[in-house]
Amino acid sequence: MEQEAKYPTEKLKCWQKAKDIRMKFYQDYVEAHDKGGLRWAGGAWTFDAIPAGLGDDVYPITSEPYSATIAFDKKLSLECMEATEVKGYPRDLCSYMRNYWGSIITDKFAFGYKDGEFVPRFQGAKPIGFPKPDFIWQDHICCSHAKWYQVVSDLEGGIPMYTVDNAVGPSHELTDSKIKYVVEQLKDGIKFLEKTTKRDYDDELLYKAIRNHFVSTSKWAEACALNKAIPAPLDEKSIYSLYVLGTLQKAGKQVADFYEKDLLPEVQDRVKRGIAAVPNESFRVMSDTQPPWSFLSIFRYLEKFGCVSIGSLYTFGLIGQWEVKKDGTWGAKTIPNMEFSSRDQALYEYVKYELHKPEWQHFYSCHFKSDLMIRIAKEWKLSGVMLHYNRGCEGLTVGIAENRLALLDAGFPVMAFEGNNADEREFDEARTKAKINAFMETLGAK
Amino acid sequence: MITMGIDLGAKFIKVVILKDNKIIAKSNVLAGFEVDKSAQKAVDNALKDAGITKDNLDKVISTGAGEKLAPFYDETKSVVGCDSLGAVYLHPAARSVIDVGAEEGRGMRCDETGKILDFEVNEKCAAGAGAFTEAMSRALEVKLEDLGDLSLKATEDIPMNAQCTVFAESEVVTMVHNNVSKANMAKAVHDAMASRITSMVRKIGFNKDVVLVGGVANNIGFVGSLNKDLGLKVVVPKEPEFVGALGAALAAAGWIGGK
Repeated sequence: MEQEAKYPTEKLKCWQKAKDIRMKFYQDYVEAHDKGGLRWAGGAWTFDAIPAGLGDDVYPITSEPYSATIAFDKKLSLECMEATEVKGYPRDLCSYMRNYWGSIITDKFAFGYKDGEFVPRFQGAKPIGFPKPDFIWQDHICCSHAKWYQVVSDLEGGIPMYTVDNAVGPSHELTDSKIKYVVEQLKDGIKFLEKTTKRDYDDELLYKAIRNHFVSTSKWAEACALNKAIPAPLDEKSIYSLYVLGTLQKAGKQVADFYEKDLLPEVQDRVKRGIAAVPNESFRVMSDTQPPWSFLSIFRYLEKFGCVSIGSLYTFGLIGQWEVKKDGTWGAKTIPNMEFSSRDQALYEYVKYELHKPEWQHFYSCHFKSDLMIRIAKEWKLSGVMLHYNRGCEGLTVGIAENRLALLDAGFPVMAFEGNNADEREFDEARTKAKINAFMETLGAK
Repeated sequence: MITMGIDLGAKFIKVVILKDNKIIAKSNVLAGFEVDKSAQKAVDNALKDAGITKDNLDKVISTGAGEKLAPFYDETKSVVGCDSLGAVYLHPAARSVIDVGAEEGRGMRCDETGKILDFEVNEKCAAGAGAFTEAMSRALEVKLEDLGDLSLKATEDIPMNAQCTVFAESEVVTMVHNNVSKANMAKAVHDAMASRITSMVRKIGFNKDVVLVGGVANNIGFVGSLNKDLGLKVVVPKEPEFVGALGAALAAAGWIGGK
């Protein structure tokens, strides 16, 4: 079954830098008050360029990647889940949300210090409590998002909270009035931030953050598009560690620079030199929705069959911004070429750009998602698709059974497996591997 | 060419030995808690039955939940792959196969060669597997082997709504308190189980040539309920519990259907 290497491979040179950026993100959040700065909390999808206008010493924590970090720490995750259940919250709610709430309820942060170094708790960090944010800045398109932080605010003693309603419909039906509806909320939000933090708002910082946002989201998509190459320069397990930077702080300069100046040139170079992520690549699949974070080893398990998971609509489109190119293929969204001259104009362009996010479109119809998945399956030259019936995320899993049928109709074999992105109690590794064995057989891997 | 197929199921270990693609021996041993010893016994019994030794075997393929616990094997192969191969060997027209074993229920579509085209497996649920009938027979205080015949004496359909063995057992207790006859309860059990399996199989689709394999295929009551739910008559091969091991032995021989 072990396939012989067909292509050269090598480790990503930017790997350590990506890890360092992620650790610094959490350390900055923890230490913000020590430096006279501010802390804020919000979702990975929130319009994070807006709080950037409060100053360069304002540090976020984004809930989904933080909760995935907890999920990777099985012991801590179980404590968080059980603490949340003891409070009366049911097990069928968003599992990211339950991990996040549990971290607050137990007052256990997933990171801390070991011999003066900032490391994850599971690496032996001395436990620290959950550092309270000064304010909450959230958006609402997923069914849980605003409620998530309503509970966070309550649990933490009434932290000021602002939520933007950005569920204005699919991008092909976008209108001037829908964009302005969101823009006006952001303008009100800026007033909220000024009042809450007692700081003056700096539009120049806002403009810089929006530009960073454009670069992060477009360059990430460009790197993902390079995975159309055979062999694929990136595998999905690695992609999870790279896309996460965009979920942490897509409007941050360090993330934009990393995607543009480190990751993208390296992936381009790998394609040019035929460097494979999986040296025995013979089959190509994609997954969907968040993976079961405690069991990322299943993506390595695929490799013994010569199978590479090239990514997914989730990893490509959760942060990445895309557009249909002149030749009809899917590629990175063109970065708007303009100078910002006013807050209104900058916010308008920011919102117009962001409302095209692919992962927002299928909240409106599973058929949009099917179309996008079939496009990926064709353009990335896939042999099959592995769908995660993810009990931990209603928002991204709704309609997935319809997606399965559409992919089958389009001629792509599909394997579905049940699990949970952040509640490991709902994932059966042995059975999933047995399914993978059978699926690989159907693809001709045995 | 002499080949062996070993199917290490959750409850029983089945072994089939083929000579030139004809069955020359088979064995079936309870897996128990010491699976490795049981597997050795199953293999030894089959070798003895065939009158050969391990050295006479050209190739061995192991399958099933405990495939890696076989005393020896050259390769492993998925249960669905073995089931479909065995089913097509026994019934060349088979294009849909349902396997209901002790631990899992599986549905699959295959082509004329026995190659899997699509499959579905019930997950984390005993309600679509043999473990369900075992639990229910205990609750009804009826021998497992008598449950099928008993259900044929049912006089009415009693819906069992629970989606889980544990809750189904408490539903049986409620039925007992309501003086529902054992025959009607036995039928309710089979209907519920057939409903789970049918729901799973409908996801992948099926045609009229459906072969039912696995130990639960010996349960005449379940077969009747499944036929009713699917709206057809499934084909149940003789000794359906051996089809997985047969498929493994056929795969070891390189047998392909439709040739």
